[in-house]
Amino acid sequence: MSNQIVQGILLGGYYALIACGLSFMFSVMRIINLAHGSLAVLSAFALWLLASRFHISPFFGLLIVLPLMAVIGWALQRFLLERSARGGALLPILTTFGLAIVIDNVLFEQFGADTRSLAPFIGSLSYDSWEWPGGIYVGKLAVIIFVAAVVLLGGLQLSLTRTGLGRSIRATSEDSDTAGLVGVDARRANAIAAAIAMVTVGLAGAFLGMRATFDPYAGATQLLFAFEAAVIGGAGSLWGTLVGGIVLALAQTLGAKVHPQGFLIGGHVAFLIVLFIRLYTSGLGLRGLLRLSAEKAP
Amino acid sequence: MSAAVIERGTAASRIAGIGVAAIIVLLAIAPQFLSAGAVDRMTALFIYVILAAMWNALAGFGGLVSVGQQVFFGLGAYFTIRLANAGLNPFVSLFVSAVIVGAVSWPISLFMLRLKNGEFAIGLWVIAALTHLLVNLDRLIQGETGTSLISLNVYDASTRRLTIYWLALASMTALLAVLFRLLRGSTGAAIRAIRDNEDAAASVGVRVTGTKRLLFVLAAFGIGVAGALWLATAITFQPKTYFSVQWTAYMIFMVLVGGIGTFEGAILGALLFFLIETWFGGTGVWYLIGLGATALVFSLLLPRGLWGTLEERFGWRLLSVGYRVKLPTGTSNPTGEIASPQTTNSREKA
Repeated sequence: MSNQIVQGILLGGYYALIACGLSFMFSVMRIINLAHGSLAVLSAFALWLLASRFHISPFFGLLIVLPLMAVIGWALQRFLLERSARGGALLPILTTFGLAIVIDNVLFEQFGADTRSLAPFIGSLSYDSWEWPGGIYVGKLAVIIFVAAVVLLGGLQLSLTRTGLGRSIRATSEDSDTAGLVGVDARRANAIAAAIAMVTVGLAGAFLGMRATFDPYAGATQLLFAFEAAVIGGAGSLWGTLVGGIVLALAQTLGAKVHPQGFLIGGHVAFLIVLFIRLYTSGLGLRGLLRLSAEKAP
Repeated sequence: MSAAVIERGTAASRIAGIGVAAIIVLLAIAPQFLSAGAVDRMTALFIYVILAAMWNALAGFGGLVSVGQQVFFGLGAYFTIRLANAGLNPFVSLFVSAVIVGAVSWPISLFMLRLKNGEFAIGLWVIAALTHLLVNLDRLIQGETGTSLISLNVYDASTRRLTIYWLALASMTALLAVLFRLLRGSTGAAIRAIRDNEDAAASVGVRVTGTKRLLFVLAAFGIGVAGALWLATAITFQPKTYFSVQWTAYMIFMVLVGGIGTFEGAILGALLFFLIETWFGGTGVWYLIGLGATALVFSLLLPRGLWGTLEERFGWRLLSVGYRVKLPTGTSNPTGEIASPQTTNSREKA
C-alpha cells in the first residue's frame, strides 16, 4: 500500500506540472484555455518528430521545442486571446475550443491514429528504478518529473514575487487598467505570461510522452487532468496546484484498487467531492444550497 | 404629440410566422415525395436544429457556455436502451428517457450553476467524462462494444423510418415552440436581462439562478430527446460515439456561425452545418479541421454570427422574441431617454 502511495505522489508531480500552466493563465488573464491539453500533445509530437526523424534525444529536443512553445504562447495571446477576451468572458472559451479541434485534427492528419511514446528515445531511463527502504521501487523518470515540477512551481512562485517582471504580471492580473496607469505594459505582461505558461505546457507534454503514450486526441484527457488538479488545489497558490495534483493521483490510484476501470473514475469523483466540499464550506451548506435554488435565488 | 410606438412583431415577422407554419406542414407531408435516404437526412437535420437551439438557449440566452452537453445526448440514448430493455415500447422509451434526462439534470444544475464561465464549461465536461465511464460499467452496454436498440426491429424499415421522421419533426417543432414562448414571456425578459448583465439583472429583482436552472433543464431535456432520436435512427449504441465531445463541437459551430443569442440564428446555423456536412462530410479530417477553424474565425471576427450581423445591419425580425421601439421619424426626442432610433434598434436584439 505504501508503495502505491509513493507512486501516486510521484504521479501527482506530473499532474501539477500540466496544471500549473492552466492555473497560471487563469490567474493572470482570467482565461481557461481549452486548447491546453492539445498544446501539450503538440509538444510531445514535436519532440517525437525530432527524435524519430532527426535522432535528437527528447531532452535536447526540449531546447528547440520549449522556445517554440514560448513563441506559440506569445502569438496565442496577441492574436487570439487578446482579441476574443474583449468580447466578454465567454468568447475565449469558444475560441480556444475551436483551436483545440484544429490542433487535434491537424495532428491526426499528420501523424495518424497510432499511439506514440517518447520512451524508446530516452534509453534505460524509461524503466530504471531506485530501491528505497522498505522494498519500494521508484522509477527514476517519475522522480525526475516530480523534482522538475517542484523546481518549476518554486521558480514560478519566486519569479512572481521577487522579480520586476513577476510584479508587473501580478499587477496586470489584479487590475490591468490601474497597472497601465503606473506604467506597466499590460499587453506585454499578458503576452509574456502566456509564453511562460506555454513553456510549462511544453515541458508537461515532454514528460507525458516519456512516461506514457499519446495520440492526436489525447489532449482532452490532459486538459481534464490539468483542470481537476488546478481546481482541487485551489486558485491562488502554485503550491496548491502540487497538492491538487497529488490528491488527484492518489484518488486515481485508490479508484484503480477498487475496480479495474476505476482509475479515471476515482479522479473525477475526487474532483467533484472537493468541489462539493468547497461549495458546502463557502457558507451555504447542502441545505442552504437546495433552499437557495428553491426560493431564495438572488 | 406623436408618441413612440412599441411593437412586438413587424409585418415581416407576421409573414414569417405564416411561413413557418407552411414549412412545417410541407415537412410533415414531405416523406411522400422523398427517397428513403433523403428522409433519413432530413431526420438528422431536425436533430441538428434541436441541438443548436438547445445549446443556444443555454449559452446565447443563459450565458452558460458548456462543453459537456454530450452528457445529456449520451444519457438520452442510454436511458432509451435501458427502458426498451425493460420492455417499454421503444418509441415511448425515447420520450420517457428524455424526461429522465431532464430530471437528472436538475441535481447537476444545483452543483454546476455555482461555477462561473470556463469553470462551468469544463466542469460539465468532467461530468460527461465521468458519466461515460459509469455507463461503460453497465453490463448491458458491454463497455465500448456497445449494444443495439433491438426492440425497434419489430417494425419494418419504412414504418420505422417514417415514424422517426415525424417524431423528430414534432419534437423539433414542439421544442422550438416552447423556447419561443419562453423567450417571449416574462421569463424571456429575465433571460435577456441576465444575458446582458447578470449583476444588474439581479439588482432589479430577476431570479438569476432560477432562470438559469430553467434553461439548463430545458436544454438537457431537449438534448436528451435529440440523443434518443439519434439512437433510433442509428440503432447501435456505442458509448464512445454518444458521449463524444464532438457533439458539443457541432453545437458550438452551429450556434456560433448562425448567430449566438438569436432565435433564428441557431436554426440558420443548423441548416448551414447540415449542408456543409452533406457536401464536405466525406473529406474526414479536413472537414473537422474546417469546422474548428470556422468556429475560431467566427469567434474572433464575427462573434454575433451570420444572423446577428444581418439582423443588426438590416433590422430584420422574423421570429421576434423581443420588443422594438419605433420612434416617429423627424421629431426630436423630448425625453432624451433614447438617444436615437438606431441605438434602440441595435440594442433590441434576440
